[in-house]
Amino acid sequence: MPLGTSIPSSAAPVSATTVASRYSALVRVTHWITTLCFLALLVSGIEILISHPRFYWGETGNVLTEPLFKLPIPSSRNLVPTGYGYVLPDQNGWSRYLHFQAAWMAVLTGLLYTISILFTGHLRKNLLPSQDHLSWRVLSTTIANHLRFKPPSEAEAWSYNVLQRLTYLLVIFVMFPLVIWTGLAMSPAFVSAVPASVTVLGGQQSARTIHFFVSVFLVLFLLVHVVMVCVAGFKSRMRAMITGRADTPMERT
Amino acid sequence: MTTDLSRRKLLMRGLAATAGVSALGAAARIAQKYGLIPPDHRGIYGPGETLTYASQRLLTRHSLAREFPQTQISNPPLANEMPPLNEAFKSLQAGGFADWRVSVDGLVDRPASFSLAQLKSYPSRRQITQLQCEEGWSYIAEWIGVPLSHVLDAVGIRPQARYIVYFSIDPDWWDSIDMADAWHPQTFLTYGMNGHELPVGNGGPLRIRLPRQLGYKSVKFITHLTVTRSLKGYGKGSASASPEGGSYAWYAGI
Repeated sequence: MPLGTSIPSSAAPVSATTVASRYSALVRVTHWITTLCFLALLVSGIEILISHPRFYWGETGNVLTEPLFKLPIPSSRNLVPTGYGYVLPDQNGWSRYLHFQAAWMAVLTGLLYTISILFTGHLRKNLLPSQDHLSWRVLSTTIANHLRFKPPSEAEAWSYNVLQRLTYLLVIFVMFPLVIWTGLAMSPAFVSAVPASVTVLGGQQSARTIHFFVSVFLVLFLLVHVVMVCVAGFKSRMRAMITGRADTPMERT
Repeated sequence: MTTDLSRRKLLMRGLAATAGVSALGAAARIAQKYGLIPPDHRGIYGPGETLTYASQRLLTRHSLAREFPQTQISNPPLANEMPPLNEAFKSLQAGGFADWRVSVDGLVDRPASFSLAQLKSYPSRRQITQLQCEEGWSYIAEWIGVPLSHVLDAVGIRPQARYIVYFSIDPDWWDSIDMADAWHPQTFLTYGMNGHELPVGNGGPLRIRLPRQLGYKSVKFITHLTVTRSLKGYGKGSASASPEGGSYAWYAGI
C-alpha cells in the first residue's frame, strides 16, 4: 500500500508518528455499509427465527416432527410448544421486508468490494498470505501473541497479520457465500429454477439449519473482530476505518 | 488549465448523472413492460421487493416447483392454527359443502360460478409438493385439484388482465397473483389431499395452491376470483390482506 507523505504530528503522544492512508475509500465505505446490513440482517433474522425456534434436518420439519434441536427460548407463535406460558409479539412482517432489503444491499456491496479488491491489489497485498506468513514460526508467533492479547507491532498497523488474513478470507469467500446460498436454498421460487441448490444440502430444512449455524459463526466473528479492534487501540482503528488515516506506532501512552 | 480540467470534470459528471438517470428511467419502463415491478414497490422496502420480484420472475419464467416421491409425504400433514370459521362456512359445512361455489368475474368473457362437483368434473391433476410457511416449518403433501389455467380458459381471460385477486369465505382474507403465476401449470384450485377430500384444517373444501410461493399465498376456503388490470381499489392498495394484517410482502417467492 503506498504511504502518503510523512507529516510529523504534534497531537500524537508517541514520537515518530506518520499519518497516512491506511484504507482506501472503497474499503471504508463498503465496510460500513456491510456493517449496517449485517446488523439489520441479524435483528430481522432473530425476529424471523423466534417464530419457529426449532431446527430440523432434511426436507421437511414442523411441530409434529422430531426436531434436530430446539432453542430454549419463547416463540412468537402459539403453534410452537416452547414450555413458556407466553407468546412473543409477531414481528415477521417488517422483519422479512428488512431481511431481504438488507440482503440485497449486502450482496451488491459485497460484489463491488470483491471485484474491486481483485483490481486494486488489496486482495493480493493485504488478504492473501505471503510465503513468509505461512511458515510455522510466523503462525505460532502470531497465535501466541493473540493468546497474550499483545497489541500489534508497527508493521501490523499497516497491513493484516496471518491470522487476520486467513479469517477475513474465510469470511469473505466461504461464510458470506454460504449464508447467501443457504438463504436462497430456502426460497421455493429460487429452488424451482435451481433445484440442485437445495438438494445438495440435503433439503430445505437442512438449508435453514446451516443458515443458522453460519449466522452464529458470523456473529462470533463480529464479536472477536470488535474485541481485537479494542485490543489494537479502539480510537486509532476506528479513525483509520472512518477517515482512512492511521498513525504509527499505535497510540499508547 | 485547471479551469479547463474542472470544467471538463463537471461536464463529464453531468453527462454521467444524466446517463444514470435515463438508464434508470429506461430500466423502469422495460421492467414495467415485462411485469417485473411488484404492486408494493413503493415505500422504504420497495427497492428490495422490486429486486427480489424482478430477479425471481426472470429466473423462474419456466420453472416448476420441486415434486417429491410418494414416500416423502409428511404423515400426518400439519394443519396450521386458524381463526374461528364464520357462520357462512359452518352452514355450508353442515351441508357437506354441496352448495360451495366459487365465482369468477372481472376481465373475463363469460363470468361464471362453479360448484365443487363441476370443478371435480374437470381433468384432475396431482402434485406432491412442499408447503413452506414463512415462519420456517414445512410439510409435503399430495395436492389434488384442477389447474387454475383450466378454469381461466373456461371463462375466457381478456388480454388486458394482469392480476387475479382471490377471496376466502373469511371476508378479511384475500390475496392476489400476477398472470405468470395464474397460468402456471402447478397453480391449482385444490379439493383433495393425500387421496382424500381436502381437510378443513388444510383449507378444505377449496384452497388455492401456489407451490413456488410461501404458504400464506395459498389462501384457504376460496369462494371468489376476480381478474383485473390493476390492484388499485382492492383493500388499502397493498394487493393482499397480508400486508394489511401483518405487513407481509405481496410476493412470497422467498
